[in-house]
Amino acid sequence: MNARLLPYLLILPVTLFLCVFFLYPFLLVSKQAFTQGAGFTLENFRDVASHWKFPISLKNTLLLAAVVVPVQLALALLMATMVNRMEKGRDLVLYVWTIPLGISDLAAGIIWLAIFEQSGFLNSMMTGLGLAEQPMNFLSYQSPLMVFTAIALAEIWRATAIMLVILVAGIGLIPKEYYEAAEVFGASPWQRFLRVTLPLLRPSLQTALILRVVLAFEVFAVVAALGGTLFPVLMGEIYSYQFDLQNSNGAAALALVVLGISIAFTLVILRVLRVPKGATI
Amino acid sequence: MTDVTADAVAPDARRAGRIVYGATVVFLCAWVLVPLYFLLINTLSSPQAVNAFPKSFIPAFDLGSLTFFANFSGMLNALKNSVIVAAMTMVMSIVIGAPAGYALSRFDFRGKELFRLLILLTRAFPLPLLALPLAVLFIRTGLDDTAFGLALVHTTLAIPFAVLITYSLFSGIPIELEEAAWTLGCTRLTAFTKVVLPLILPGITASAIFAFVISWNEVFAAAVLTIENRTLTAFLLQTLGEAPLHLKFAGGFILVVPALIFIFAVRKYLFAMWGIANR
Repeated sequence: MNARLLPYLLILPVTLFLCVFFLYPFLLVSKQAFTQGAGFTLENFRDVASHWKFPISLKNTLLLAAVVVPVQLALALLMATMVNRMEKGRDLVLYVWTIPLGISDLAAGIIWLAIFEQSGFLNSMMTGLGLAEQPMNFLSYQSPLMVFTAIALAEIWRATAIMLVILVAGIGLIPKEYYEAAEVFGASPWQRFLRVTLPLLRPSLQTALILRVVLAFEVFAVVAALGGTLFPVLMGEIYSYQFDLQNSNGAAALALVVLGISIAFTLVILRVLRVPKGATI
Repeated sequence: MTDVTADAVAPDARRAGRIVYGATVVFLCAWVLVPLYFLLINTLSSPQAVNAFPKSFIPAFDLGSLTFFANFSGMLNALKNSVIVAAMTMVMSIVIGAPAGYALSRFDFRGKELFRLLILLTRAFPLPLLALPLAVLFIRTGLDDTAFGLALVHTTLAIPFAVLITYSLFSGIPIELEEAAWTLGCTRLTAFTKVVLPLILPGITASAIFAFVISWNEVFAAAVLTIENRTLTAFLLQTLGEAPLHLKFAGGFILVVPALIFIFAVRKYLFAMWGIANR
């Protein structure tokens, strides 16, 4: 076997596969979004944007991401630094904290439904402790804030683990000498975190944030399980365009909107957290 | 050095710090586990108990909900579909992805950076959306509503991970081992199968399991691409509106169980996988 050709032969299957099932569908969905019958048109985008549910589902999606992602980032950083200095029981704690990594968003939605539904555990606890006379209906249109809280909690519960794993791996790559040096110069633990951990963690933070933000815009099943139609989000709207309205051009146009937002945020994160050239550990 | 700083801090403050630290760890563990425990209680209660109020905080070990789940028309079929699709995804993503991971770890070739970029790009992309155009394409090719068609989409989801994970795993095995095998008369292929493969197999298994979980958990593409042959996630999503509570909870539980086992099985590799994979 020619050694120069071998690497290309080895990456050929993935490249072909991604061309057929990633690039090609991407072109198809773009074409679908910009056509109606025959010929180029922006009509689909106009249709979609003028639908009364569009502003609210866009707002909900962005708001949810804006609340959930920073909390997850803080929580994941806290957990990662705690795990890092743990001596006993590190493996067990890490296993427990990464459990949600394997849990689907639908299952997470159902799990939090068990807590928030009218005959659920939150109501049981509150009446049991005498905080409420009778069970309240949290997940109704009368309490939009509660619906939002339930969805946000379920998202935080489910998807912090992915950031945690990336950050723990990243912290593990930071040489201990930096911390020792910082200690010699009298840096407090908080200063060590700010001046050593955070800057050196930048590549991992970048990855974690990109993955998490893109996933946050894809939020769908958690919302479907907890809020149903009470809390419209973009992915849910795409789904209903495809099935309830049977308008696949509209669905494609909305899909491009989600894509555009995801790419825009990815670029922003890449830019803000860029790693200076040559500044690797 | 550490002794000096330890003396400088009052022992009381240190003890208080340790208590806060321990309490936070326990609280965060409870934050993950308690909701799962609630789901377990609901799953192991009779349908009547699930819909009753107030809830008991101790499981009754009644199999009523699970029996109802198993007897619900179409449910076992959906479960079977989920397993088939996930197994196909697992096999395809490793068979297609692992060679590329090997190429990235062993060779310097032109276009390597471009290839890595393509892989990374797919991760920063809401991939389930691509199920929309594929739905049309699949109808034309007869792949619509089949396990294989859905597995192809799930493989697109799993492949970036498979490539990057196997890349980091292969990088962990010194090339000298292979070179030694070549000098002892192995060909490139036999050196790979006799030396590298046995070392890499546990890691490959772990990333295969990861691919399985990705497919098992995926909701959107599954709901878009299957109609008659729903997977478990798609079936549950479809019935969310009208299904009784005990069916939802039993379904959620069935979704969670493999995830728990799988994460336990791959826990050793979780961090090694992400360590190199993220740069």
